[in-house]
Amino acid sequence: MLATLGKRLVTVIPTLIGVVIVTFLLTRVLPGDPAVYFAGPAATPQSIADIRKSLGLDRPLPEQFARYVNDLAHGNLGNSLSTGRPVATEITSRLPASAELTLLGLILSLVIALPLGILAAVKQGSWIDHTCRVVATAGVSLPVFFTGLLLVYVFYFQLGWSPAPIGRLDAFATAPPQITGFYLFDSLLTGNFETFRAAFSQLILPALTLGIFSLAPITRMTRASMLAVLASDFVRTARASGLDNRTVILTYAFRNAMLPVVTTLGMVFSFLLGANVLVEKVFAWPGIGSYAVEALLQSDFAPVQGFVLTMAVLYVALNLLIDMLYGVIDPRVRLEG
Amino acid sequence: MKRREFLQSMTALAASTAVAAPAVWSPAKAQSRKETLLLVTENGPNNLDIHGVGTNRPGYEASWNCYDRLITNGKKTLADGSLSYDRDKFVPELAEDMNIGDMSVTFKLKKSAKFQDGTPVTAKDVKWSYDRAVSVGGFPTVQMKAGSLVKKEQFVAVDDNTFRIDFVKKDRLTIPDLAVIVPGIYNSELLKKHATDKDPWGLEYTKSNTAGSGAYKVTSWKPGVEVVYERNDAWAGGKLPELKKVIWRTIPSSGNRRALMERGDADISFDLPAKDFSEMKKEGKLKMISNPIGNGMYSLELNVVHPPFDNEKVRQAVAYAIPYQKIVDAAMFGIANPLFGGKSNDVASILWPQPTGYMTDMAKAKALMAESGAGAIDTTISFDLGDGVNSEPIAVLIQESLGQIGIKTTINKVPGANWRSEMAKKSMPMMVNFFSGWLDYPEYFFFWCYSGQNAIFNTPSYVNKDMDTFIDGARAAAAVGEKDKYATDVKGFISKAYHDVPRIPMFQPFLNVAAQKNISGYSYWFHRQVDYRSIVKA
Repeated sequence: MLATLGKRLVTVIPTLIGVVIVTFLLTRVLPGDPAVYFAGPAATPQSIADIRKSLGLDRPLPEQFARYVNDLAHGNLGNSLSTGRPVATEITSRLPASAELTLLGLILSLVIALPLGILAAVKQGSWIDHTCRVVATAGVSLPVFFTGLLLVYVFYFQLGWSPAPIGRLDAFATAPPQITGFYLFDSLLTGNFETFRAAFSQLILPALTLGIFSLAPITRMTRASMLAVLASDFVRTARASGLDNRTVILTYAFRNAMLPVVTTLGMVFSFLLGANVLVEKVFAWPGIGSYAVEALLQSDFAPVQGFVLTMAVLYVALNLLIDMLYGVIDPRVRLEG
Repeated sequence: MKRREFLQSMTALAASTAVAAPAVWSPAKAQSRKETLLLVTENGPNNLDIHGVGTNRPGYEASWNCYDRLITNGKKTLADGSLSYDRDKFVPELAEDMNIGDMSVTFKLKKSAKFQDGTPVTAKDVKWSYDRAVSVGGFPTVQMKAGSLVKKEQFVAVDDNTFRIDFVKKDRLTIPDLAVIVPGIYNSELLKKHATDKDPWGLEYTKSNTAGSGAYKVTSWKPGVEVVYERNDAWAGGKLPELKKVIWRTIPSSGNRRALMERGDADISFDLPAKDFSEMKKEGKLKMISNPIGNGMYSLELNVVHPPFDNEKVRQAVAYAIPYQKIVDAAMFGIANPLFGGKSNDVASILWPQPTGYMTDMAKAKALMAESGAGAIDTTISFDLGDGVNSEPIAVLIQESLGQIGIKTTINKVPGANWRSEMAKKSMPMMVNFFSGWLDYPEYFFFWCYSGQNAIFNTPSYVNKDMDTFIDGARAAAAVGEKDKYATDVKGFISKAYHDVPRIPMFQPFLNVAAQKNISGYSYWFHRQVDYRSIVKA
């Protein structure tokens, strides 16, 4: 097992080298000159040149690249100009915010999508199948910023049930000490239930927004793969042997249908993590997606490179995890070195 | 499976979180809430020090509230009852006395003034801070230069409490330039400890820490999320502010900023889009304050070096074809001062900005086009996507109108990051742009936008000897106080600019603020950021 894991990790290295080179070149090719941008309103050619020099942008490209790789090797992702902080610090503080939101959104989505998908497959063509189709289509066709704003309008502005959409915590609450970076865990670990409640109530609406959006792929995938499995021989055999419906569907059919669902889950998770910029904007969520987009808009190279690199590493790790999960779910699938 | 128990506990959890939402404050929290201001804006700072590399506008706000200057502007009440800084009145902040001589100015420092770590403020700190401002390069150095403050030798610490500035030349802008954000006073001993060979001025430290004697200090800063300030109870620069704490949250969505204000959860929403402002004003639930941005205007700028706009007649035709009133009504929702429809392009006063003699007159525009002999024109109209809220509708309206006089235009949206470098290239033929100067003097605007130095803001690349004579003449006359000569030259350069129209003024925009009814003391400042020191929460 460890040997196969090691072999898999070795194949990851060329991917990462490629990502490093491509991100470096891409950020350099982008139009826009960071020196001019950061020289501010009353810039003169002299002041722009000063800034270009202090950013090291006056050096030839190969030299800039060598410096970048050298910094990376020392665990230094560079400094962000737009927030003024080291990129590594920013990413470690923002990644948990995004991950917490995405995970909760995904859990909410799973809780609804799996039963809905299974029911739709079992009772194909019934009203529940149609409901499933409508819910999934509506969820994916409503843009997230719209769902988000709608939820804010109803639950915050009109009803006043939800707290103000101003980020991870109310302005007057204090953040829990950083242990995992997940406010829910950190506040529970330190026994601070008031903060837990505050953090949780801030999370509900954005998580719901994300959940609604990710309902569609999960429900549809569950339904499709359940349909395929339910039509197969072993299910017919199981039914013929007189096993009760529940055992057939949950124990035999669902376990076999899980592989594509898990694959979809992995994809949805990594997609949401980086791409929920709009949700982050609507809820003023200090996540990693909005950080990267803002940096991009300001030609701020270091965070963009750091973001792409982090996401690449995450993606690779996630794929590895899913591959290993396959083996657990279905013993017939084993990692091949 | 204890399904029932699980379900029950989940219901309880959901119920408890639902109740948590609206503010149920304990008495202590309510008290702290009363002394705390919650401010929301679209963007937050990227650096707490205006001397830093590439500090953004919100960063200026942190510098303004956390550092003192020797002098600051006085205040005045405007006709509509709102407060504004007074361009012509200066009051002491760290200095207790200012003595202007012929070629120098001498300050006596307040003996009671202390930095936030308790060390007294001395003339050495002032000299070090001024040296820093003229040495770090970039924006602070340029801003100092605008007041003829250019080299370290000008700044002299006479003794512990006396500081002198020697002038390199007489310049009316020197004293006003001492009251802008840049020449703040930094704790030199503290910063020297944090300085390195690569960073001799301690810029790394002040990027995320405040080291001043100002009324507030930053106690927590999460970039892109919030800045928390606490009051410096030992502040010597003026009357102790009422607010003990200020929480400044970044809320990117303008709809949510509006919801926060209307639900009463935030105290001030700063720099609102004109649309939200006009709608919220109609609803009348909040205190809405709006001030014209001094020395600022939106204009349509035409590149005079390349065809087709090197032809003066074509430029004038464009100036008559702009749908001015439509722009003010539809793009700015009426919240703007018109800079069109004046009596004549030969102006009679030195007011700035003031209306041109142009107005929408399609017949005249068509006649001028025919006269110019330019034929059919196909060109682009550019704007900064970072300001798309205002610029995009303006560009669309102009595009439509120019089509009627035979000028076909394609709209070119330039992303915010590229706007400055596109401006610097000076190759855009036509653009919708905004400029405003901190120092509210016409010659300052013209020095940046019309003079032969061809600065980045002179986007039309307009270089004209007569214009330069007027601008230099006005600057020289202002320095020695020759009022008549000054007035002649100012009227001269404004009239010339309006006849030649390299840039076509459209309107002067407003800075819009919404505050809860219990908030008072907000004042407009030239730097267009919030000064917390005068704000009171009842």
